[in-house]
Parts: sequence; C-alpha cells; structure tokens
Amino acid sequence: MTSTVTPARIAAATQLVAAGRHRRSRRRIIAVIALAAGVLVVFTLSLIFGHTTYSLTDVLRVIAGQEVAGASFTVGELRLPRATLAVLSGFAFGIAGVTFQSLLRNPLAAPDIIGISSGASAAAVVAIILLSWSPTAVSLAALAGALVTALAIYLLSRRGSFAGARLILIGIGIAAMLDSFITYVLSRAAAWDVQTAMQWLTGSVNGANWGSIRPLAIAVAVIAPLIFMQARNFAALGLGDDAAAALGVRVERTRLTLVLGAVGLMAFGTAGSGPIAFVAFMAGPIAGRIVGAGRPPLLAAGLVGALLVLIGDFLGQYAFGTRYPVGVVTGALGAPFLIYLLIRTYRAGGS
Amino acid sequence: MTDKHSLTAEQITLAYGDRVVVADLDLTITPGAVTAIVGANGCGKSTVLRAIARLLPPRSGRVLLDGKLIHHMPSREVARTVGLLPQSPIAPEGIVVSDLVGRGRHPHQGLFSPWSKEDDQAVSEALIATGTLDLADRAVDELSGGQRQRVWIAMALAQQTDILLLDEPTTFLDVAHQIEVLDLLADLKHNHGKTVVMVLHDLNLAARYADVLVAVRDGQIHSSGKPSEVMTEQAVADIFGLQCQVIDDPVSGQPLVVPIGRHHSAVLRSEAAT
Repeated sequence: MTSTVTPARIAAATQLVAAGRHRRSRRRIIAVIALAAGVLVVFTLSLIFGHTTYSLTDVLRVIAGQEVAGASFTVGELRLPRATLAVLSGFAFGIAGVTFQSLLRNPLAAPDIIGISSGASAAAVVAIILLSWSPTAVSLAALAGALVTALAIYLLSRRGSFAGARLILIGIGIAAMLDSFITYVLSRAAAWDVQTAMQWLTGSVNGANWGSIRPLAIAVAVIAPLIFMQARNFAALGLGDDAAAALGVRVERTRLTLVLGAVGLMAFGTAGSGPIAFVAFMAGPIAGRIVGAGRPPLLAAGLVGALLVLIGDFLGQYAFGTRYPVGVVTGALGAPFLIYLLIRTYRAGGS
Repeated sequence: MTDKHSLTAEQITLAYGDRVVVADLDLTITPGAVTAIVGANGCGKSTVLRAIARLLPPRSGRVLLDGKLIHHMPSREVARTVGLLPQSPIAPEGIVVSDLVGRGRHPHQGLFSPWSKEDDQAVSEALIATGTLDLADRAVDELSGGQRQRVWIAMALAQQTDILLLDEPTTFLDVAHQIEVLDLLADLKHNHGKTVVMVLHDLNLAARYADVLVAVRDGQIHSSGKPSEVMTEQAVADIFGLQCQVIDDPVSGQPLVVPIGRHHSAVLRSEAAT
C-alpha cells in the first residue's frame, strides 16, 4: 500500500462516511419521534378511556380549561394529573436508570436494583409509620433517603474503580438490608399505617394531585436538560476514563454531574409516585434496542420509561378484575426481564 | 506543519496515593520523531505516558506543552495537540467503526457546533490512513484484534493532533499485526510529520521502529538516545536483569536482543571454552 491518497479518494470516502452517519442518525431521530408519538397517544387514550369514555373533543376542552359536565372532574381532576404524574415519573426513572447503567456499563446497575429506591422507601416508611408525617413531608423524607443511600453506596465502594462490579454488589447488599428494615418497621406498625405504607411502597400514581406533581415537574425541567447537555461527554466516557480524558473530557466533573442528576431524578420521581418497580431498570435496555447502540440513549430511555408507567397504570386499572397499582404491573413485567438480561449478559460472557 | 509542538517533563514525581512510581524524571520528546519507552513491568513507563498526556498530575515538577504548564491548560486545547491511545480502551457495545473513529473529533466540537464537513473528512482520512475504510459500517465487536487496533489508531488520528501517544499499541496482536501497526505509525511520522511516543514491550521492535529509545528503570530514566547507543547488553542486564547478546538485526541494522536464559547459558559457556 503506497500513499496514493488523492483528493478524489478522500472526497469519495468522506461522502461514504457522511452517508453512513446520516443513515444512523436518521434512524435514531425516527425512533425517538416514534416513541414520543407513542407517549402522546397513550397519554391521550388514558384520558379518553376509563369507566366512562369521553370524546377527544371533550378531553381537549377540559385541557383548554373549559367547563364540561362530568368530564371536568373525571378528566381534569382525576385522569389528567394521574397521566401527567405517570409520564413525569416514568421519564425521570428512565433517564436516571440509563444514566447509571451506562456509567457503570452494566444493565444491573439501575438505581432501583442497587438500593437507591430502597433508600427512598425506607425513609418514607419511617416517616409514615414511626413519625406519622404528612404526605409532603413523606416525599421530602424519600428524597433525603435516596440521596443518603446513594452517598453511602458511593463511599463504601470508592476504593475500587468507579466502573467496578463492587459498587453494584454493595448496592444490592444495601438494598437487601434496607428491604429487611422496611419489613421490620411494617411488622410493628398499626394496620391502618401499613396500608398507607404499602400503597406507597408498591409505587402508584393513584390520587395524583397537582401539588405533588409540581416538585417533580420542576426537577425534570431542570435536571433533564443538564443531563442532556452532557450527552457528548457521556458518549466519550463510554470509551473508558483515560480515552475520554485524552479527548478533552473532564472525567470527574462529567461523572459527578451525571450521578447527581440521576440521583436527583430518581429521588424526585420516587417522592412523587413511589418506587415503581423496575422502570428505571427496564427503560434503558429497551431504549437501546430501539434507537441503536453506541451511545447512552438518554431521551429514548426517558420516553420508554414514560410509556412503561402509562401503559402499566392503564393495565393495572382496567385490565384485571380489581385495580392494581402500577408498581404491581411493572414488577410482574420486570422480573422476567431481569432474568432475561442476566441470561443474555452471561451467555455473551459480558461483565 | 512548520512549527512542531514541544513536550517536556521537568523533574516530575508521579504517585498513585502514597506509592511513588516515578521520582524526579526529566524527559524531552523529540519533535517529528518516533520515541519508544521501554522497561520492565511496573517500572512506571505507562505512568510517564499518562503524565505527559495530562491524565495524571505530577506530585512535583512540571510537564510543559509548548512551554506552557499542561495541567493548567484547558483540557480541550490540549486534546487538539496531544492525542493518547490508552492501553485498553473500551468500545461501546454495538458501535460502528466510523462512529467510533468519529469520537476522536470530540475536542473539535462544541455543544453548539456539533458535526461539520471537516469532521467527516477527518474521519475518512483517518480510515484511509489506517486501511479501515472498508470496515466503516461494520460493528467494532465483529472485528479481529488487528483490525480493532487499527480502528482505535484511526480514532486517535481523527483527533488530528501533532503529538500522538500510544500505550502498548501492539499488545494482544500476532506478529504480523504488530508489524502492520508499527509500519502505520512510521508512516504517520514520514507522511504526516507527526511526533509519536509509544510504550512498547518488544525491545527488538522498539529498536527497529524508534528514532529515540527511552529506557526506564524503577521510575528513573536509565538511558535514552539512538537505539544503537541505548540497547547494550549491559543496559538490558540493568533494566530487565536479563542476560543477553546484542547482535545486528540483519534486516534493519538496528540492535537485536537475543535473550540467553538459564537453559542456554551453559551452551554459551562451553562455546566460549572451545
């Protein structure tokens, strides 16, 4: 091979490279648009259908703020806040999950598996049963619980490299510890409190109201763009710390921003709807399949998360004889998915 | 490329935690040449490479890029002048070759200036230079070790830095692929005037391909200079604790290290006796 690199050859190669890049980015964009459209459709359907079905025009009039007999209450006061909470918490869980999974390069590293959700739940249970706090105070306690647990896992696993399996194992250990603590507190509680606590623990968008949605909405509006702005650095981080640093990425700062953002989203999401089982864990891998690999599918994972919670809640309400909270449905979906991922990971010989 | 960039380390001490790996080391990289850093396992050669790539701040002393303190320069500015291929970079699952090579464009892009025509051109030039254009749309996971290493070098090339640092670019490659990679690096020097610094394990390949050989022992520079000056029987004994003969490489005329080892030292003695 002699160096006969003519400008024409470079031009032809450049066209080839550009064409491949356009093809892949078009695929990504189409996938994300399709997911967003899916969220919008399911969101609208969940406003229309229920025990009473309203027409699309009625629903739109309610959203526009007009008074519609019957619909104003059912749609405006019940279904709309409920669906909004489902979208927001699913979105938050999805982004938080894929951020952790990509940072640690392991689908098992989702915040609901490594104990961050358990931390939020434990704090909430203490607040409900031992302290009899108000719902708002319970949410704040859950927030603090998630942050403290994340910090504890980080400090305990700091000795190894950040991307180690160590952090995941420590997280799973902490989750088990917190879960047994939750059971202990529940076993000593009065029956009435247990019911409130259980509803919170399974994760549910029942009884959503604008007051509890607002903090989550603000958190998503602030934190999600912060994470999206790191997307390019995040993609470079996927090559390993040294390679990313050599590309000019400030590794520690990027990672800290991403971890804090993800913990924040997880905490606010959990405070809003309870720890809806396995949404953070499932959204990332599903989104990766849909938009294609190579970079963390941040936005897509958020949209998949929103879809999971919306559909799960809809099924939980109407598909079975009794009404189940959304966490029961996603939990039933998530457990087989976990087994599937474990089998796939170990068959491929991955880490 | 008239003005070549200069890279020097002055009296640097490098440590991981309390463990000092390199103490008071001076190193000047010769611009436009291929430098190979050799030494025993754990002698600190990769650590030196990380320090001059700005990845590891020195405990004391300083690293200068064009006379400026490299650790005080913005990371992106450094990344446009100095590229580094670490020992074991990670290919994200399922990534396509030209996307991976495109990651090398990171320091040339910003939040509001994402992807330009120049980026596509830099990627395709890097693919051509490394002979990987045919692989552009293949998944990196499917490639052989040699192909994968060329793709990684293509990524470092797409970064378009004048100085290219490589940490053991030939590990895990069979001998044909080792030669292929080193030929490619020599091409980069000859055709593109790049400054190449690499950590190498194979003394003979280092002697053959390097203009400057830097021998490191216990975190100190044992000797540096032309391979014919550095690579002596005494030096190999000092650095590796290995007895050897150094003969002329019949192909390149550079020194060729022939290790002796316990099982053959007797043969040598009996030959000397007769």
